[in-house]
Amino acid sequence: MTDEKQEPPKAAEGAGTPVEKPAPESGGATTPAKPIGAAPPKPPAAGATKPSVAVAKPPIKPEPWSSPLLDELLGRFPGAITEAVIFRKLPSLNLAKEHLVAICQFLKSPEGGAYTLLTDQTAVDYPQRAKRFDIIYHLYSFRRNDRLRLRVQVGEGETVPSVTSVWLTANWLEREVYDMFGVAYEGHPDLKRILMPDGWVGHPLRKDYDILKQDEAWVKTNLGIESAQ
Amino acid sequence: MPEATFLDASELLINMGPQHPATHGVLRVKLKLDGERVLGTECIIGYLHRGVEKIAENRTYQQFAPYVDRMDYCAAVTNGMGYVETVEKLLAVEIPPRAQYTRMILAELQRIASHLIWLGTHALDLGAMTPVFYTFREREEILKIFEKYCGARLTTHAFRIGGLQYDLYDGFEKEVVKFCDYFLPKVDEYEQLLTQNRIWINRTRNVGVLSGEDAIAYGVTGPMLRGSGVKWDIRKAQPYEAYDQVDFEVPIGEHGDTYDRYIVRMQEMRQSVRIIRQCVERLAPGPIFGKVGKVIKPPAGEVYHSIEAPKGELGYYLVSDGSVNPYRVRVRPPSLINLQALDKMAQGHLVADIVAIIGTIDIVLGEVDR
Repeated sequence: MTDEKQEPPKAAEGAGTPVEKPAPESGGATTPAKPIGAAPPKPPAAGATKPSVAVAKPPIKPEPWSSPLLDELLGRFPGAITEAVIFRKLPSLNLAKEHLVAICQFLKSPEGGAYTLLTDQTAVDYPQRAKRFDIIYHLYSFRRNDRLRLRVQVGEGETVPSVTSVWLTANWLEREVYDMFGVAYEGHPDLKRILMPDGWVGHPLRKDYDILKQDEAWVKTNLGIESAQ
Repeated sequence: MPEATFLDASELLINMGPQHPATHGVLRVKLKLDGERVLGTECIIGYLHRGVEKIAENRTYQQFAPYVDRMDYCAAVTNGMGYVETVEKLLAVEIPPRAQYTRMILAELQRIASHLIWLGTHALDLGAMTPVFYTFREREEILKIFEKYCGARLTTHAFRIGGLQYDLYDGFEKEVVKFCDYFLPKVDEYEQLLTQNRIWINRTRNVGVLSGEDAIAYGVTGPMLRGSGVKWDIRKAQPYEAYDQVDFEVPIGEHGDTYDRYIVRMQEMRQSVRIIRQCVERLAPGPIFGKVGKVIKPPAGEVYHSIEAPKGELGYYLVSDGSVNPYRVRVRPPSLINLQALDKMAQGHLVADIVAIIGTIDIVLGEVDR
């Protein structure tokens, strides 16, 4: 465990807004960075090695995150981080798309925390939002023994810069996001479907890809009858 | 990567799988060959894609739990454990110690069972016929314990969100200890067959070498990463359940080749036995279910949790919108990400070594394709 690992503050409430709520407005990408630096850094609670979730009422929403790493990032990339929150001990940063690759490269470098392992990359679809896709990166640092989540919001038809140049892991993971969500990556060496057949129409993990409608359409075209579903 | 010969015509593209006994399921690999030497590989996957993540969005949290067993069907217990722990993390509930130790015992038994399948099939692929009969014999004993505990052998759905559904049956502890006593000499027996075996060494030494840096760059985790000399095990680094209460070693390899990964997994089975013995000692009577209601409605938010599954880091990323259905469930499958390193490991080897390398990655296609 490193010294920068923090317990979620127990008392502070209502500062951060849950980013994952499908909000009708244009999403968090353009909103100013209001929670950053709002809360003073709290000393880690006693017995930080044992998760003490049952002691106090666990936080029910993300809280502002502060750490030396975040300060460093804010200094190096002004305007790139639009939100920094922590929920269930995992800090999460919202990034502007333009700075994604530069920030990833910095985070991977020794002075940026040595986040050498890209654990996972995926996406979440919020069709009500103007920028409907959240592209999610989970990073892990062996040196700090902690995880970090990055989030980039993009709209329909927008491309995302590929991070395959930073982590080789991203190759298949970005193909999977492309396959499942239809988000195109810029600079990916071999962007094509990975799980679905090449000729597949549609992107299954989009929220408007209804499984019942798929069934009805298939029955109608292939059997020529109405589906009983 | 070796130079192609000056005659372009010698470059050959051949197809391996998806129906091939050595690909351990429906994996298709396109091999680019120069004679018998592999210049490059391309994996074509998705033959077993069932849309598990899409199914999750149309189920409640509890309803989805049995589905995760069908991803890595050789290690259903650990799959289920990862999922229920993730939901528990989102709910911020703590589960009682008796449930924790029970989970650890079953998870470590599952690790042994998964490694036994790996060992048997891997050795069979390389021409050693005997180990597969032995390993399946021992695995059967583990499956009997599972069956007695929860009624299922393979897709167990052994745990519930919040704890356990069933308390342990009478004599469970005794049977588990009996298995441990019985199993340790068997590991020596497998090692007698393989570890010093000249053919085995020739087939695995310096085959599929993956350096520590490469392994991290490809996101490889689990025994494959440890075989490359990186001492990282989530059970130690970020302990879940009560893994911080038990004592065990994390075996690592030196050269990152197929032989080292074999040694690492053999050692891991012994360490699992060690963990199981400690857990059995600590099993005390008590409640088996935490404070979780019948209807699970987690707060809106997102959570990532990962465990050390037999094949590597198994992660779940849950997004909740506050309703009874998860808004998004993402599974981070170790097999898929480890398989991506196949190309790196295969280059320059012979076609016969591809079989060894696919075996050493220890993939389950149900998990690769989900």
